[in-house]
Amino acid sequence: MGKLLVEDKTIVTPGEELAEGMDFLPAEGTFRDKDKIISSRLGLININGRVIKTIPVAGRYTPKKEDTIIAKVTNILMSGWILDIDSAYSAMLSVKETRDFIRRDADLTRYYNIGDYIVTDIVMVTSQKLIDASMKGLGTRKLIGGRIVKVNPHKVPRIIGKKGSMVSMIKNATGCNIIVGQNGLVWINGSPENEIIVVKIIRKIEQEAHISGLTDRIKTFLEKETNKKISIQKVE
Amino acid sequence: MAYTKRNDGRKFDETRPIEAKAGVIKRADGSAYFKIGKTAAYVAVYGPREIHPKFLQNPRNGKLRCYYNMMPFSSMGNRVRPGANRRAKEIAMVTEKALLPVVDLTEFPNSVVDVFIELPQTDAGTRCAGICAASMALADAGIPMKGMVAAVSMGRVDDKLVVDLDYSEESYEKGTVADIPIAIVSNTQEVSLLQMDGELSRDELKQAIEIVKKSCSKIDKIQRNALKERYEVKNE
Amino acid sequence: MNKEQNNHIFNFLEKGIRFDGRKLDEYRKIKIEKGFSENAEGSARVTLGDTIVFAGVKLSVEQPYSDTPDKGTMMINAELMPLSNPDFEPGPPAIQAIELARVIDRGIRESGAIDTKKLCIKKEEKVWSVLIDICTVNDDGNLFDASALAVVAALQNTKMPYYDGNIVDYKKKTKDALPLNLKKMPTSCTIIKIGNHFIVDPTYEEEKNVEARLTVEVEEDGALCALQKGGDKSLTAEDIDKMVGIGIEKSKELRKFL
Repeated sequence: MGKLLVEDKTIVTPGEELAEGMDFLPAEGTFRDKDKIISSRLGLININGRVIKTIPVAGRYTPKKEDTIIAKVTNILMSGWILDIDSAYSAMLSVKETRDFIRRDADLTRYYNIGDYIVTDIVMVTSQKLIDASMKGLGTRKLIGGRIVKVNPHKVPRIIGKKGSMVSMIKNATGCNIIVGQNGLVWINGSPENEIIVVKIIRKIEQEAHISGLTDRIKTFLEKETNKKISIQKVE
Repeated sequence: MAYTKRNDGRKFDETRPIEAKAGVIKRADGSAYFKIGKTAAYVAVYGPREIHPKFLQNPRNGKLRCYYNMMPFSSMGNRVRPGANRRAKEIAMVTEKALLPVVDLTEFPNSVVDVFIELPQTDAGTRCAGICAASMALADAGIPMKGMVAAVSMGRVDDKLVVDLDYSEESYEKGTVADIPIAIVSNTQEVSLLQMDGELSRDELKQAIEIVKKSCSKIDKIQRNALKERYEVKNE
Repeated sequence: MNKEQNNHIFNFLEKGIRFDGRKLDEYRKIKIEKGFSENAEGSARVTLGDTIVFAGVKLSVEQPYSDTPDKGTMMINAELMPLSNPDFEPGPPAIQAIELARVIDRGIRESGAIDTKKLCIKKEEKVWSVLIDICTVNDDGNLFDASALAVVAALQNTKMPYYDGNIVDYKKKTKDALPLNLKKMPTSCTIIKIGNHFIVDPTYEEEKNVEARLTVEVEEDGALCALQKGGDKSLTAEDIDKMVGIGIEKSKELRKFL
């Protein structure tokens, strides 16, 4: 009736046969070809009951509605700002999507200037990949100072952790301000020594994201680097 | 005179030794290295990204763009003058056609996926090595693909059909030679690259394609292993 | 770069460290692999941190230049390959590639590292021509220094092909090395100025903040054989002296890799 051809949580390659039989349901990152389910990309296979999908491990960021990202202002138009969000497409922040009331003849550079980094929400992605951003959301803000580090966008969930537990642990241990964008841009602001520790940790998480026991390993590594004892907050 | 033994002692259906590695160029979105005998190819994939000039945009589908180049010191003999020549342009085009059947760029309208193929060392079979590396690099870049592509040059040296012609066989003087680069799509076993230089009978062509399918199947395994090795979890 | 971002960088530099934890005068890990391309008469692959550069040497028999009838000729070409950086475009060499090639050329030429007199086969008629090509494979900054190391390493393992007086047989390599003046081999050190600080071996990210840079090529005895100032801002005479001093210091370290 149905036969799995690969083990759960292993890396699969494009066109690889994942399962046989009509029992299984092809979800994201897979497709059905006659009675076989096939991977449509390089990814980590995820089997949930009868549903098979692949989680991407590589590739540029694909903009999604409701993502909070870090963007860089690259151009200023009459009606707003053009943002580089590190994907194939740029986003548009309209003056109507800011918290301030901006007059028609206002100098837009006073709000966000070219080269500024902002935390912004994606509110719309059309089929032609026109992207609208907004600064009305709670977490949105302009980023002052600090530095930006680029990570694999597919590792962002691990860097943030369940309900932010991982990134909170790192923030508390290093005293750095950290904001992780869904698009793989991470803003860090703290003392030089601590920022360097944060970057080390982030790179370690990127490399070991799929290995179990990550939180404990990172905790040990953090304790070693900062010479502090860390308690992991229990997440409900 | 009949060609009874290959110059390097290989069996008639044996390829030269193969080395494959993914993720070799950090700046790229995806990359790979593929070496067969002395022919080595590096491929970097950048994309999906904005396409310039804008008039090349396709609002329905992303575009795949390939470039092929041999480094000036790559061949036995005189230095190869840098710059795109007619041969390089043609190879780039057939490489693109060889990869298109597996690549799915419908999610990336108005953008381009650039594939750059560079060879630091050549000993025949360069376009095939480029295609093998490009297929891996595209997967490494997380591009949606229905399968992968492997390619190898079949040859007819005198009266024998041989797999993976090397330069000494290509320039065999004691009899006639045909050089037939062929690319096979993994899942469907369909042919996505077919060229021929020399003389060949219809029957020989049929045989050649069947032999190449077997070789490409072996190459396919090597390509996939290289991709998995890159992302595989290293358990402590 | 806005003011606050700049200040953030200065915070680091004041404390003597950079974003990647290196000291201001610290080079990234260097690895040199000689002879990686079998078809070239000489070749080298250099990794400098994540920057990867290839250099290859090809030799051919040509007519000498009329003003140097008894000397071999040399040419260095550089390609900033689109493979190595998303900002590089395919096509004829960009001005940055031309600058790179010419600066490294001057270092090799002015130092006399290649003994061009020994490259003469028949005066006024035939000399060896040394054709060096630099190809960037991954650009994470400091292509200058990585390329210079690659070129010197490639020259060091170059072997003359067999020449019967008529045709060059590239398939037969002799055991004869390319005639070099080993003591004259130059090393290149690129120093960039950010604020009041000087840092060596910039990463791609650091190169974006360059105000001014100085590439210093030095021979074994400390003599300067090439200089190139880049960047939009100017340098004081004191800056230059400091940077040259750093270049000469670092040259000793870099030489150990060759």
